[in-house]
Amino acid sequence: MPGLDAIPLAASATSNLLAAREQMAFTLGFHIVLSCLGVALPATILVANYIGLKKDDRDAIELAQRWSKAMAVTFAVGAVTGTVLSFEFGLLWPHFMERFGAAFGIAFGIEGLFFFLEAIFLAIYIYGWKRLPPWAHFWSGVPMFVTGIGGAFSVVSANAWMNQPQGFVLDAAGKVTEVEPLKVIFNPATPYEVPHMILAAYMVTGFLVASIYAVGMLKGRRDRLHRLGLLIPLTIACIATPIQLLVGDTAAREVASHQPAKFAAMECIQETGGHQTEYIGGICTADGVKLAIPIPDLDSLLVGFSPGTKVTGLNDIPNDERPPVNTLLHLAFDAMVGIGSALLLLGLWLLYSWWKKRDIPQTPWFLKAVSVSGIGAILALWSGWIVTEVGRQPWIVYHYMKTSEAVTDANGIWGAFIFTLLLYAALGTIAILVLRRMSKRWREGGEGTAEEEPSPYSPEVRV
Amino acid sequence: MSTAAAVILWTGATFYAIFGGADFGGGFWDLIAGNPEKGERPRMAIQRSLTPVWEANHVWLIFILVVLWTAFPDAFSAIFTTLYVPLMLAVLGIVLRGSGFAFRKSVEGLSERRAAGATFALSSVITPFFMGTVVGSIAAGNVPAHGNGDAFSTWLQPLPLFIGAMFVATGAYLAAVFLVGDSRRAEDHEMELYFEKRALAAGAVAGVFAVVGLVALHSEGHYVYNRLVHEGLPLIILSAVCGIGMLVVLLTGGRLLLRPLAAGAVIAVIWGWFVAQFPYLLPTSLTISAGAAPDATLSAIFVVFGAACVLVLPALALLYFLAQSDMLEHDH
Repeated sequence: MPGLDAIPLAASATSNLLAAREQMAFTLGFHIVLSCLGVALPATILVANYIGLKKDDRDAIELAQRWSKAMAVTFAVGAVTGTVLSFEFGLLWPHFMERFGAAFGIAFGIEGLFFFLEAIFLAIYIYGWKRLPPWAHFWSGVPMFVTGIGGAFSVVSANAWMNQPQGFVLDAAGKVTEVEPLKVIFNPATPYEVPHMILAAYMVTGFLVASIYAVGMLKGRRDRLHRLGLLIPLTIACIATPIQLLVGDTAAREVASHQPAKFAAMECIQETGGHQTEYIGGICTADGVKLAIPIPDLDSLLVGFSPGTKVTGLNDIPNDERPPVNTLLHLAFDAMVGIGSALLLLGLWLLYSWWKKRDIPQTPWFLKAVSVSGIGAILALWSGWIVTEVGRQPWIVYHYMKTSEAVTDANGIWGAFIFTLLLYAALGTIAILVLRRMSKRWREGGEGTAEEEPSPYSPEVRV
Repeated sequence: MSTAAAVILWTGATFYAIFGGADFGGGFWDLIAGNPEKGERPRMAIQRSLTPVWEANHVWLIFILVVLWTAFPDAFSAIFTTLYVPLMLAVLGIVLRGSGFAFRKSVEGLSERRAAGATFALSSVITPFFMGTVVGSIAAGNVPAHGNGDAFSTWLQPLPLFIGAMFVATGAYLAAVFLVGDSRRAEDHEMELYFEKRALAAGAVAGVFAVVGLVALHSEGHYVYNRLVHEGLPLIILSAVCGIGMLVVLLTGGRLLLRPLAAGAVIAVIWGWFVAQFPYLLPTSLTISAGAAPDATLSAIFVVFGAACVLVLPALALLYFLAQSDMLEHDH
């Protein structure tokens, strides 16, 4: 109820809004990289494990062992950063949860279940290295693969619901009174957001793991283990990439029809109409796009397969419903598409070389390209989330609730954000140091070291 | 239907209190075990027996949060807009503790181990303490249904602070009891005695805090106090019986009933709290039924909970089986 006492609250809420959005963006950006590993490492590990058992390949088994131990560390850190996100729902966005928790929250129950199962099976898999017969051990790892995908499905469907909310009835006060859980989970944005994110997870994981072995090979470690350690994840990522471009293309068209404001902002479309130019790069201004490479009609062509396709421009979006910082959105979108296309070329290079001579390209430029592909995939992932999340602004629940209505009135949100930055910087640094040290130990210790490597989910070392 | 959802919520709290509590307690004993030489053996014993196969903390906590925000969104918002200070401090403890868990087996060298160990141990005290103040503040009726209660005076009160201290002491007590049993099994008489003394001390301290908390409840939370000493009385008696029974078993050297009795004392208190604040979620401003989500949402939670029981329990059983077979292997 607007009254006199709402004024100071509104002032603090504006300041809180920026701090809360920054904190959410930062903690989510940190967590999502770990989530990708949780979703896609199981398949990568299982492929190595399968090759190892089928061909009696000790190097492949060694890789599966190492990756499972590394995954235990990233998974445990991910559990922490995921817990922080759960608290942030209440600490930063209490009014969102208050009004929509009854609908939005359901998917997280399912996600929690998948997370728990994945954690248990990760522990079983790590325990099982020495205690289960080899094939039984392999199959004990398969649930990790299934639960990783299930978890991603649930969480991303919750985000999809924020973009395309449905399956609920509101009363006069704006509170959820009736809910259809299946409609909430299977909302119109689920079919493209979920596969887009799962494929992204496979790309991030595949390119990231491959890049670690590419760096090793550039340093002269050209043994069979490194070659296999590069090839297995790189192949997985290179299979995911072309599918991802197709899914992404579909997703962009869906966004154009479901969320025209987001689409107009990410493509810098000022005036509604046909024959829209596709701008690559550049700065978005009210008088058009500066410093961009323009391709006439391409935007209309991409949206509706004909140059005359009408696309909504920002001029048809009310001022207070336009996403902020269009240039950022536009550049983030271009970065995602650009990096994705570059990664596709990398895959084609590998395919060509493999077809010609059954080997990876011998030039160091290939290894150099692979060694930056992991970082590239992460940048593309972040860019994609910037497009999704910033592009939905000013809404937290599209067309139902603005982000400014959702934010907390609590004091000290900026302080908490700065503290979180420092804490996460330490957490990230230690995590990378620990992983690097594990890798050094394995390298120096030779075969079998990884088997003995202690990890958060492994049995206690008994002395 | 909303009551069933509340029962699920309290079930999550029970698991968190037992598994998480004992875990936090282990960190507490680690913290006060003294210098590296003196503390080495108890720390080893803690590491060996209290580091669970799977760190259940995160899961039970996330379970509680998810059920709360989905089934009781109003209460979730009211609690988080009022008690954000202790909640932030608790989550800080969780971050530190979880990181300690993730890295503790990978660090090398004494100084690093000590730093990791100290972080782990200190955060083991911070987290239950501030969780306790949150529970105490809710029980005292300090959280208004519409939220935005005062950021400090709602929990900087005797009752929430006593409950915070009681949480720490209870965790320490559970951990010490579990450690006595484990030391007994390992025929390590020195450690058995060591933790026996500490179990008695922590049990006494937790008991004192419980009594002091009851006095504070009398003045700060009339509604909950009245129901606790009437409707909740059988559970309070059960808790006391379990506590005293545990003492008898401890002193007579039995070990079969140690864990069930220690856990029973805690479980009875948690359900005593449930009975005492029934039918309120936030005494006395928000009832369970008024704060509950629509029925379809609650049904979805029941389905997920049922699926969790069907899927998680066999998986956990397999994991414990593997862990046990490891011990068997080691014994031979």
